[in-house]
Formats: sequence, C-alpha cells, structure tokens
Amino acid sequence: MLWSVLSAFALALCAPWLVRLRPAESGWILALLPAALSLYFFGQITSVALGVPVVESTPWVAQFGIYLSFYLDGLSLLFALLITGVGALIVVYAGSYLAGDAQLGRFYLYLISFMGAMLGLVLAGNLITLFIFWELTSISSYFLIGFRHREEASRAAALQALLVTAGGGLALMAAFVLIGIAGGSFELSVLLQQGDLLFAHPLYGAIVILVLLGCFTKSAQVPFHFWLPSAMQAPTPVSAYLHSVTMVKAGVYLLARLSPVLGGSALWQWSLLSAGALTMLLGAAMALGQTDLKRILAYTTVNALGTLVFLLGIGTETAIHAAIVFLLVHSLYKGALFLIAGIVDHETGTRDIRRLGGLVTRMPLIAALASLAALSMAGIPPLVGFIGKETIYHAVLEAPVAASFLIVLAVLANIFLVVAAAMMTIKPFFGTAASDLDAHGGHGVSAAIAAGPFLLAAAGLLVGLFPALVDARLLTPAAEAIFAQATIVKLALWHGINAPLVLSALTLAAGFVLYSRGAFLARAAQWGGRLAPWGPDRWYRASVSALLAGARAQTRVLQHGYLSLYIFVAFAVVILLGAIPFWLQGLPPLAVWTEQVQFFELIIALLILAAAAAAIRSPSRLGAIVSMGVIGYGIALIFIEFGAPDLAMTQFIIETITVILFVLVIYRLPSYVELSSRSSRIRDALVATAGGVLMTVFVLAALGAGTESRLIDFFAEETYPAARGRDIVNVILVDFRAMDTLGEIAVLGLAGAGVVALLRIRPGKSASRRKS
Amino acid sequence: MRQSLILATATRYLMPMLLLLSVFLFLRGHYLPGGGFIGGLVAAATFSLHAFAYGVKRTRQILRLHPRTYVGLGLLLALGSGLVSLTTGDPFLTGQWEALQFGALGDFDLGTPLLFDLGVYLVVIGATLAILLELEGG
Amino acid sequence: MEILLAIVIGGLFGSGIYLLLRRNPVKLVIGFALLSNAVNLLIFVCAGLTRGVPPLIPEPEIRPLAEIADPLPQALILTAIVISFAMLAFTLVLFRRTFETLGTSDLDELRTTDQ
Repeated sequence: MLWSVLSAFALALCAPWLVRLRPAESGWILALLPAALSLYFFGQITSVALGVPVVESTPWVAQFGIYLSFYLDGLSLLFALLITGVGALIVVYAGSYLAGDAQLGRFYLYLISFMGAMLGLVLAGNLITLFIFWELTSISSYFLIGFRHREEASRAAALQALLVTAGGGLALMAAFVLIGIAGGSFELSVLLQQGDLLFAHPLYGAIVILVLLGCFTKSAQVPFHFWLPSAMQAPTPVSAYLHSVTMVKAGVYLLARLSPVLGGSALWQWSLLSAGALTMLLGAAMALGQTDLKRILAYTTVNALGTLVFLLGIGTETAIHAAIVFLLVHSLYKGALFLIAGIVDHETGTRDIRRLGGLVTRMPLIAALASLAALSMAGIPPLVGFIGKETIYHAVLEAPVAASFLIVLAVLANIFLVVAAAMMTIKPFFGTAASDLDAHGGHGVSAAIAAGPFLLAAAGLLVGLFPALVDARLLTPAAEAIFAQATIVKLALWHGINAPLVLSALTLAAGFVLYSRGAFLARAAQWGGRLAPWGPDRWYRASVSALLAGARAQTRVLQHGYLSLYIFVAFAVVILLGAIPFWLQGLPPLAVWTEQVQFFELIIALLILAAAAAAIRSPSRLGAIVSMGVIGYGIALIFIEFGAPDLAMTQFIIETITVILFVLVIYRLPSYVELSSRSSRIRDALVATAGGVLMTVFVLAALGAGTESRLIDFFAEETYPAARGRDIVNVILVDFRAMDTLGEIAVLGLAGAGVVALLRIRPGKSASRRKS
Repeated sequence: MRQSLILATATRYLMPMLLLLSVFLFLRGHYLPGGGFIGGLVAAATFSLHAFAYGVKRTRQILRLHPRTYVGLGLLLALGSGLVSLTTGDPFLTGQWEALQFGALGDFDLGTPLLFDLGVYLVVIGATLAILLELEGG
Repeated sequence: MEILLAIVIGGLFGSGIYLLLRRNPVKLVIGFALLSNAVNLLIFVCAGLTRGVPPLIPEPEIRPLAEIADPLPQALILTAIVISFAMLAFTLVLFRRTFETLGTSDLDELRTTDQ
C-alpha cells in the first residue's frame, strides 16, 4: 500500500513534464495510474471481506512510536475505491475541461498529489502518519482552490479554507498526541483493540473535543461550514473531487474510524448528533437560497456531510448501515452533478439557474445524465438514492432517543433536497432560457468530459437496480469496521409498504409542492439572505483582521529596528538568566590556584587586559585594530604555554590575516566617531561589566566543579592504533570528528562565496533610488 | 596600490620558502603540529603577500583557478574521501588506510584522512583568498 | 593561574559586549572579534590547564608518555578560530557594502529593510 501512495506522488511530480510533452492526451495518460490503483483495490475486496484487515508497517521514527504503517479494512477500502475510481474520472475530465490552459501541468501536480495524500489518509494505520496526510490534503486543497491565483476571490477563499481546516488540524494533532499518551500507541491496529481503556481515561473528554474540532472543520459542520461554499472558486473538477466526494469526507472518515475507540459515550454521540442534525438541516435550507449551480451543490454537500455525521451520532447498527450506503450514494450523484455543472458552465458561460434553460436540445445526453443524478438525489426509485433515503429513514425511526423529533428533521432536510434537485435540472435543462443566454457557443461535449458524469450516473442506476452488487462485498465490511461487530448490510429496492416508504412518498410530494411555489421560495430565500451577513463568515473575517492588527502592533513594539537595542536585550536577558542560579543557590565552590603564575604569563595577561581597554577607548580605528591584534597574539602565547601548539599556530596566522583584512577594508569604512549618548554608554558599560563578572565567576565555578575528561584516555589510546596519527588534535579533526570538520569547511566556503557575492553586487536600484 | 621594490624583491625569495613551509606544515599534520587548516592559512597568507607586492591580477594568474574553484575542489575531495568507506561497509567518513611500499625510500601509509585533510587545505586556501583577493582587488 | 585567566576572560567578554553595543559598525566588528577570542579562551581554560604537554604521541610509542593536555577542546577551538575569521570577514564586508550603498555609518539609521 505504501507504493500505491508513493506512486501517486511520483506521478504528480512527472505530471507537468508529461503535460508539456503530450498536452492533448495527458488526461488519459495520467488517469492510467488511478485506474490501475482502483483495480488493485478492487482486487483486495475479496480478502478484506473476510474480515481481516491488511496491515503493513515500515519504521519511520520508531523511537517516538511513529511508523509508516498502513491499515486496509472495509472502511479504508471503500474510501480508497472512491478516491482512485472517481480520481481517474476527474483526471480525464480535467484534461478536457482545462484543455489549452497554460497551467494544466501545475493543476495536475496539485490534483494528483492531493490524490496521493487522500489515499494515504484513508490507508494510514498510524495516527501521526494519518495526521501528516491530513495536513497534506489541506495544503493541496489550498493550492487547488487558489488555482486561479490572479483572482482576489480565489486567493481569499483558498486562505479561508486553509485557515479553517489547518486550524482544525492543529486541534487534531493535539488530540492524536493525547490519544498516544492515553492509549500508549499511535497504531490504529493497537488502538482499535482497546476502546475501553481510552473511555475510562481522564483525558477522554479533551481527546473527544479536539477530535471533533478537527473533523468538524474538515467536514464543514456548522458553524465551520462557511469555507466550503467559498471553496467553489476552485475549478469545477476540484470542487467535484475534493469538495464533494473525497476531502470533505475525511472528517467523516476519521469520526467513523475512531468510533470504535472513542464512540459510545454521551459526549461523543450527542455532539455528533446535534452538530450533524443542524448541519443537515441548515445545509439543505441554505441551498434553496442559491442561484449558482455550484453553490447549490456546495450547500447540499454540507447537508450530506451533516447527514453522515448525524447518522454516526445515532450510532445504532442501522444508522451505520445508512451512513455507509449514503456515503456511496452521495458520491455517485454529487460527483455526476458537479461535473455536469462544469459542462454547463463551459458550454454556456454561466451557472446561474435564473438564466439557464432549454439545454436539453443542445446536449441531450448530458440532460439525461443530469436527470438521472438529480432523481437519485431526490430519492426516486429505482435509483440508488432511493435506497439511501429509505435506509436513512429506517435508521432514524429506530433511533434510541428523540426518534420522533429527529425524523421530522430528516424529512424536512430531504424535502429541501428534492427542491434543490428540481431547481438544478428542471428549468436549466427543460425550461426556457433567458433571452441574453449565449444560444450557440460552446465547444461540444467531448468523450473525455462526458465519461465521468456518464459512469457515475450509470453506476447510480445500476446499483439501484442491483444493490446486491455492493452490499455484501463492499458495504458490509465497511460497516463492520465502524460498528466493530459482525453486521450484514442487506439492501433492496422494495421492502413492502412500511413507514420509510410512506415517508419517502411524503417527502417527494412535499418537495414538488414546494418547488412549484416559486414565489414563496424566493421570499424565503430573501429572508435567509438577510441573515447571511451575521453568519460565521463574519466572525471569521473579524478574527482574521484582529489577528493581523495584533501582529502588526506587536511587530511595531518588538521589531523596532535598532540593532544595538536588540543586542542589548539579548545580552541583558542572558546575563540575568545566567546570574539567577548563582543568586538563588549561592556560589558553588570556586577554583583555587593549581598552577603557579609565572612572571611572563602575568605580563601576557595584563597586556591582553590593557589591549582590551585600549580597543574600547582608542580614538582611532587603527589603534583599535592594533589592540585587537595584541589580544590575539596574547591568546596565542597562552595556547603555546598550555600545550596547544596547533592552536597557537592557527591563532598567529589568523590574527595576521585578520589585521590584513581590516587594513584592506578600513579606509572604506566610516570613521571612528562616538555616536552614543553618555547615558546609553553608561547603560551599556553596566551590562558589559555584569557580563564580564558573570563569565569570570562562571569559569571559576566550572573549574571548581572539576574537569575530569573521560575522552582524553580514549583519544590517547586509540589515536595511533585506530587512526595511525600522532598529533591527536589533527587526528580528531580529520578522522574522529571529520563530520564536524566537513560542516565547518562548508561554512568557510560559504562565507567566502558570501563575501565575493557582496562585493560583486554593484550598487543598483537601492542606491539610485536613494539619490533621486 | 603602488608597488614597493623592497616588498617585491623580498616576496620573490620568500614566496617559495613560505609555500614550501605551507606544504611541509600540511604534510606533517598527522604526526606533529600542523595540518590542513594551518598549512592552508600559511599558503593563503603567502598569496596575499604576493598580491600586495605584485597586484591582485598577477596573483590570480599564478593561482590559475579562481579561489572558489579551490573551495569546490576541496569540498568534493573531503566528501569523496568520506564516501570511500561506504564501499567497505563502514559508516561515512571512516578512515581507510593503504600501506604503500616505495622500496628504498621506505613505507608510507596513505589513508582517506589525508585526502580529507587535503580537502580542508584547499577549502581554507580558497575561502581565505576569495575574501582577501576580492578586497585587495577593490 | 586559573583565577588570572578567568579575569582575562571576564575582561574580554566585558569589552566585547560593550563594543558590540555601539552604533558604529567598526566597533561592532571589533567587539565581535574580542568576543570570539573570549569564547575560545573560555573553552580552553574550562577544559583544564596542563602546562607544556601537547597532545602528541612521540615516535615510536603508540600512546602518549605523560599526562597530556585535553585534545578535544583544542580541536573544537581550532575550527572555531577559522570559522570566526570567516564570519568576521563576512560581517566586515557587509558593513563596507552597507556604508558604500547607503552612505551612513550609524547603525541606528538602518532601521528598515526597504530603503
């Protein structure tokens, strides 16, 4: 499974090159990999249906319990099939949709790396691995929403989606770390065996809230739903793939995945139930106020995500069946509808349902496909959407709490869905067009662009007619993974006349009545529109601008631009921190005289100190440089005296070269005038004195604590036998610690290159601008 | 910079000796104080003396290659000497030795640490001269 | 001797810090040089002083005969000397370019990046 994820990333990197090579066929070529992957996962159905998850693991950062492990059970498999199967269709579709776009290569790079990340997310068997893929999907979504980056609205929508989902990602990371602490492992295969352990853990509440934050932001639950309609700025293939079929379902996936570990408590079930119900209802209701095809689809996607969370919140066996069925159902019809919206937009230049009309004459095939998908969405037999709605009603009627209240919500939401489905198909395809609609433009519908909607809509019909194709082999293992017990999903079109059937009929009837009352709908939409400015989008904007203002304010205070003040603060803090232990615990035993001072050593020491004073007080640059040289030579003499000839030689030559260097530069440097005021000189002198005294005490304390080196013996013993050298210092440099030296000569080379670069850059723009 | 006759003459005689000293310091580094850093610095100081005496242009001619090429060669050599040990399955930069017999001249141990030190020597010469010559050149 | 050297280190640190806080770039660079010397000496002294026994193995022995000075800090300091020279050169040249380009010798006047 690792290679399936890696191959996607590898293909993503090749994509721009391939597009340049064969721009026309690139979509078909690139789609080969997702198609092959979906065949591979298709082949796994039989072994997964046996109920034993496939686990693969590669150590990554093993000391922190992080493994690149993969875990394939029914739930991951269903998602993997959706990702690769729909992915292949989308890649083909995009090749035609964006044909001729100069940025097609970049588009494929993002889209296919998203596919790899999403695949990694659903296959990950380790929470940290999962988290990394989770964040990768957020990032690739950011790039894809902002694909038309010259447009302000695209950039804003991309940033909004990123901030919301990555903010939730942060919460999720905290949740995963806490799960690791509480459960003792990041491995899903381990955690799934020990749900009770987490349930009783004191961190349980915190874990649940953080997980919910992560999943609700990703899966656009109210009040975090607002980023999803804005994300419709993305090119339509992206909206269909990321913001309908796959990425937004990542939150649902994770909730389902963790249900056996975290589910069952009142906190978990009630949170999912209430957030899901609210999202389900609000999403469907807000869809009715829209006139843009893609925004209608976006809000109904919000509704679908709410429905899935709502069903997981009910958490009974039938509810989980319903969630799994609806997951498939929704992907089929919503994917098709999104792609059709793209075709309509492409052919007519608008997605406004008030202007569109009569498209059936221009593209009869697409009209038929749109009708099929919309009928599925409305839940009309024999399409799979009907089965989906029946199972939902069935589950809600059996809900353990407040069933009668919840069924009202579910029916209401589905009535709105019927209306939305009607809005999107009846007038645009079969009604009359606005007079200014471009009646003859368009490029004709190519096979590449029709393939996606065709296969998705046809699958909706096929599965509706023959539900046995999927229920036992595909849906049952997925439901078992969530339910953590043996369970059997059995689907059928006809169950006899029962409560769900009656409710379905009622939903359809009410939906068509509501649709026919266009004036009433318009008035309701107007009302809703008036409330919209008070939605969470407003709070998002307010908090972003507050954050920016806060950042600006603190930058003004901290980044004042005075170099000497930065250095002053840094030193003052370090000196203070260094002095505190001495202050609190008193002075440790200090060093005593072990080596007697010889006369000329005293002279050297005094010379160094005098030179240091001279360097400060000297009125001329040359004086200061000479003082600096004296200090350097003095230190070299100390090195000689205490058994370091290598150091002494290096120091002597370096000091010489440094003086040469200064002499070369000196007359191009400013003169040596005193700039600081008297008060700042006194302030600096105080800090400098404190620093000097602290370092003296520090040296004495360090020496007083004893300096036994265990390494001397190692080097003394090993230098000749192991490294065949006699100068231990040099052997350390070129053999024992050669890696360090390699780094150091690299720095040396860089500094040389830096100097050359600095001197070669002639005064350009900045200087001339200053003069003018 | 005006050329001084005394400096130029002195440099003519000093230069070979200083370079010889540099190579000597470099070669004995494994057994006595010296090595790539020190040898390289002496050589760099020698060439900058030459630049003072005869001008940067002629120094660059003597060097033949741009100093940054020396840096690159040195880094490659150091890196390459570390890669040798990978062929015998040891970790990166483990010293590998080969005893060479020169008959009457005696035996000589050639090892990758010496190549590494040569790399250090070249980088030090290159980087220091890159800085100094660029500055002397104006 | 240790106490004397500790005072020398303190003196070098103090003057280095003081010069580093100046508004004149030349003083800053000299402060930088003093500070790196101070640090080198600090490492050297803190490792313990051994008078006059360099870490060498005389021919034909295979280990040092007497107690030697600690070679490890020496190796660290050796590279530190060369590196701080390189950094010093870079800083110096950077200030030279700044002076040439902007014509100011006061670090307090260099407050923004986009002039």
